[in-house]
Amino acid sequence: MFPRPIQKASPFANVSYRIALPIALIVWLLPMASVMLTSVRSIEDINRGNYWGWPSSWEFANYLVIFDATPMAQFFLNSLIITLPAVVGSVALASLAGYALAKYKFLGNIWIFAIFVGGNFVPFQILMIPVRDMALWTGVYDTHMALILFHVAFQTGFCTLFMRNFISGLPNALIESARVEGVSEYKIFWYIVLPLVRPALAALAVLIFTFVWNDYFWSLILVQSDSVKPITAGISALRGQWLASWQLISAGAVLAALPPVAMFFLLQKHFIAGLTLGATKG
Amino acid sequence: MAVVQSASTYVPARSRWSQQRIAPWVFVAPGLLFFTVYVIYPIGQSFLIGFSDWDGFSDPVRIGLGNYAELFDDDRFWTAIWNNVLWLVLFLLALPIGLAIALFLNQNVFGIRLIKSLFFFPFVISQVVVGLVFAWFYDPNNGLLNEVLALFSLGPTAILSDENAVTYGIIAAGLWPQVAYCMILYLTGLNSVDPEQIEAARLDGARGLKLLWFVVLPQLRPATFIALVVTMIGALRSFDLVQVMTDGGPFGQSLVLGLFMYHSALFEYRMGYGAAIATMLFLIMSVFIAYFLWRMVRTERAAN
Repeated sequence: MFPRPIQKASPFANVSYRIALPIALIVWLLPMASVMLTSVRSIEDINRGNYWGWPSSWEFANYLVIFDATPMAQFFLNSLIITLPAVVGSVALASLAGYALAKYKFLGNIWIFAIFVGGNFVPFQILMIPVRDMALWTGVYDTHMALILFHVAFQTGFCTLFMRNFISGLPNALIESARVEGVSEYKIFWYIVLPLVRPALAALAVLIFTFVWNDYFWSLILVQSDSVKPITAGISALRGQWLASWQLISAGAVLAALPPVAMFFLLQKHFIAGLTLGATKG
Repeated sequence: MAVVQSASTYVPARSRWSQQRIAPWVFVAPGLLFFTVYVIYPIGQSFLIGFSDWDGFSDPVRIGLGNYAELFDDDRFWTAIWNNVLWLVLFLLALPIGLAIALFLNQNVFGIRLIKSLFFFPFVISQVVVGLVFAWFYDPNNGLLNEVLALFSLGPTAILSDENAVTYGIIAAGLWPQVAYCMILYLTGLNSVDPEQIEAARLDGARGLKLLWFVVLPQLRPATFIALVVTMIGALRSFDLVQVMTDGGPFGQSLVLGLFMYHSALFEYRMGYGAAIATMLFLIMSVFIAYFLWRMVRTERAAN
């Protein structure tokens, strides 16, 4: 193990380490912690400039205010309406494509794979004008569907990379023996491969949920009405309206951060596994 | 598995062979179709739009390299390029800082799992939220930064309205989640470092930085590679934070290519000019993408 376990060090180092740990954590999370505290501050605190101290009273009602006085609930719902189908769609398409690229030898296999991987890294701006144009032209502009379709398509790149690498690691013998039994290729996918990739599907779904939920750029490009805007664009727009009401903006920010954070803490193992795929082997 | 063995799924040998040739295409087609329509085709399309003068409504007029000629004469373009270079260089700090935190946290003490997760936390939240948090942290009136500076009788500074400091301030905000990401990659990497090699090196008298440099880091190479690629791409793609924190201001001093393109296309209605900027950004990024793909194809070929 590197570095050397702290238990083997001097008692002084041991104690200092255990003291340094929470201090480092507090400093690291200070910006976020202050936003959480501010989300329950009173307007008097804000006006008095008490931005960083302990709130003089706990105004959980701030959260009711943002639901009441702003379309925050609608934004939150929109984010869910956009994110959930996008996750299902991209993971489904990528399971199919990833299986084909991992377990079949066919002409152009590696190039198709390279297209998915490379496309995943392009700057969004090179896609912006044509994708927006396409949305206008097909009539989906300013609907949930505009964002769902784009996210499904774009996330398929990363998902295919992920699924292909995972499926490559499955033993060929299982597939081969099913073929010998005369099982059709499609049933092999459905009854043999799909059950085996379930853990990868979970890891991927958590990750894509976070990516899509946190998207900001495309929500500026493809939608504009409050009735379809996801929470990232919504909160950014609200900030323009309440320049000084930091307690409300903070409450909105906490709300926007909540689902990915909850997802992360509940499904941490899957999340990290997905994110660090490839970090331990070439 | 009972289903697998049922007689109804039996397929005769000849159709079996053709099915094995067709099946992969059936599997790959839906994903490839979507990806082509929304990613591959638009790249080519943008490329072409870059050669025309187009407001997005009337008919485009082809003007050859006109947009590019104007671009190279546009101060905003050079500001944006310079800022992107700054992003690229300073963003790489995420690797050593992430590694340092990973080394700091790679211990087995009570509660370490929770502490690791909390350190990772900034990566999970949206860049919009990160931008808001830091805009507030830098706030000239009551921001924490100035409160801290005041303790040392410094400041107050208004980083986000200071044209010389603004880009550094935004990059610092961007480093927060990026460091968290590199940290988690390195923590995973450290987990799979071969303990025997470490012990052997220790017996040979290697310790501290030397041990890190000559024994541990080479084993962390896969993690470093991913961290490097993702960090560089992230730096060149920077948009959200700049848009949220300053929208390019003051006086366009924090502009990056991505945001410059967005302004030109959507607010000045110059689609052709915007497409030309996007093409430049794409060309710069292709260098990194090509390197990544080349490396990937090479290792794939070696594996087969």
